[in-house]
Amino acid sequence: MADVAIPRAKPQMSEASAWTQLKYNRNWLGFWFMVPAMAFLIFFLAYPLGLGIWLSFTDTRIGRVGHFIATENYEWLWDDSIFWLSVFNTLLYTFVASAFKFAIGLYLALLLNEHMPFKAMLRAMVLIPFIVPTVLSALAFWWIFDSQFSIISWSLKHLGLINQNINFLGDTTWARICVIFANVWRGVPFVAITLLAGLQTVSPSLYEAATLDGATRWQNFRYITYPLLTPIIAVVMTFSVLFTFTDFQLIWAMTRGGPVNATHLMATLSYQRAIIAGQLGEGAAISSAMIPFLLAAIMVSWFGLQRRKWQQGESND
Amino acid sequence: MTDLPASKVDLKSVISAPSRVDNSEGMSYLQSVPRRLVTLYLPLTIIVVVLLFPFYWMALTSVKPDEQLLDLDKYNPFWTWNPTFKHFHKLLFESYYPHWLWNTMYVAICATVLSIVASVFAAYAIVRLRYKGANLVGGLIFLAYLVPPSILFIPLATVVYQYGLFDSPLALILTYPTILIPFSTWLLMGYFKTIPFELEECALIDGASRWQILVKIVVPLAIPGLISAFIFCFTLCWNEFIYALTFLQSTSNKTVPVAIVNEFVDGDIYRWGSLMAGALAGSLPLVILYAFFVEHYVSAMTGAVKE
Repeated sequence: MADVAIPRAKPQMSEASAWTQLKYNRNWLGFWFMVPAMAFLIFFLAYPLGLGIWLSFTDTRIGRVGHFIATENYEWLWDDSIFWLSVFNTLLYTFVASAFKFAIGLYLALLLNEHMPFKAMLRAMVLIPFIVPTVLSALAFWWIFDSQFSIISWSLKHLGLINQNINFLGDTTWARICVIFANVWRGVPFVAITLLAGLQTVSPSLYEAATLDGATRWQNFRYITYPLLTPIIAVVMTFSVLFTFTDFQLIWAMTRGGPVNATHLMATLSYQRAIIAGQLGEGAAISSAMIPFLLAAIMVSWFGLQRRKWQQGESND
Repeated sequence: MTDLPASKVDLKSVISAPSRVDNSEGMSYLQSVPRRLVTLYLPLTIIVVVLLFPFYWMALTSVKPDEQLLDLDKYNPFWTWNPTFKHFHKLLFESYYPHWLWNTMYVAICATVLSIVASVFAAYAIVRLRYKGANLVGGLIFLAYLVPPSILFIPLATVVYQYGLFDSPLALILTYPTILIPFSTWLLMGYFKTIPFELEECALIDGASRWQILVKIVVPLAIPGLISAFIFCFTLCWNEFIYALTFLQSTSNKTVPVAIVNEFVDGDIYRWGSLMAGALAGSLPLVILYAFFVEHYVSAMTGAVKE
């Protein structure tokens, strides 16, 4: 424990002046040390978070102070088919992309965990999509999925699989597939490398023992790897779901919500309504509508962590 | 082994080859070479190629002459024999690109330094001073980490406007720490916990103040953690998009990601070369940084998750 300062401070406490208390008392010292971080988080995080919820109950526009209009924004959104389309898109995007990220990421982690030459270099290379700014790689995808000069269309045509260029970002279904693909592409390295870190804590002797007992590779995975990885999977997937759900940049760089709103997520729709159209109140209502979903994701993470404590059989300090 | 250290992730070993795994072949001798080819090398190659192809394509596009970019039938699109630096030339001398690069770097460095300083204090106070309510504050900071920028940008835009910071780099320097502080505090808390108490106790007995302990003992010992936090925060800043898009307006003030999306995307059919050159030039600094500090990256990434 960090009770080091106590024995020295306590006897003086009664007669110490207010100034010495401010300098040596643990709680006061802690307070001073927290000031910079707290100032940032309160002024630019907690306050805007509350302000956002307040704005969603007003009719604020850019350059005009709003008035309280109760739940009118929400009622308006309730009847707005584009809003519901964006909710559907967001859920679809999140679930499909996260499922693929998890499956491919776990598979890649298992592959990278094998013994092979150039292992370190491979692992370093795999992480590159995560390092490069999302917008810039999204632009590369924009070019790869170009309607006329797409390299994918060209290759497929030369392989004789299709006769015409695929209109990747102009067709609603294709556009959804493309943005989900780009998101998976960017998210897989993160999932893979963090799960790999978890995999390396699994003792090889477990596999040896299981193999001696006649376990197949699948059984090895199902009854050793997977249970031991569950806690880290819970955390990684919560993060992944959270950031996919609130994704903005990838969509904005690739499709800006088009074609016919097929790829509009809640984040992009709120940007469009609030900043471009100037309806701050309505935009704030859309982004506030994301909060319940985020809370649900955080709860999942919380229970994932609880389970880890229970598995380790110790307090998690 | 009965008690499995399920969460004690050996950070360094993820990238740099760990002795335990690498010296022995493990059980891989149980598999024949052809089988390994199909179950391991083939899928791995496919995944790595898919992961790296966009970068190859970006790089190739940025050095291809315009006519080859659009004529896919006459030239093999996968390679070019006469690379040109025309697009880069256009980027560097006929656009604001150097300006944008400088803006990005300036904002990223200032915001990162601010956040690291604030996080060092906060993490030290939470882990070592253990003031009343420290655990609660730690939990709140973790929650702050989970608040995404896309629900904050609208109210923040009004705040930024009220403070008169609109269209100034200062708006970004002050708002980015809200993303960075929770992350780096959480990361540094993990590092500070590994520093033995005995060192601090000795220093306290010798009459050091808390400030001296922090500056002369804790921070020097946590340098690897600081480097991890610094690099990761820097990358996050560079990557940030929605705040920069919302708070900045004039062309010369923009950061690279925003500027490329807004300024280069016009009706010009020949834009692809310079667009990709811009994307490549915007990614290279981070990739180079990454190449030098791979281990720190990984420990930052896994460190934030493991806590």
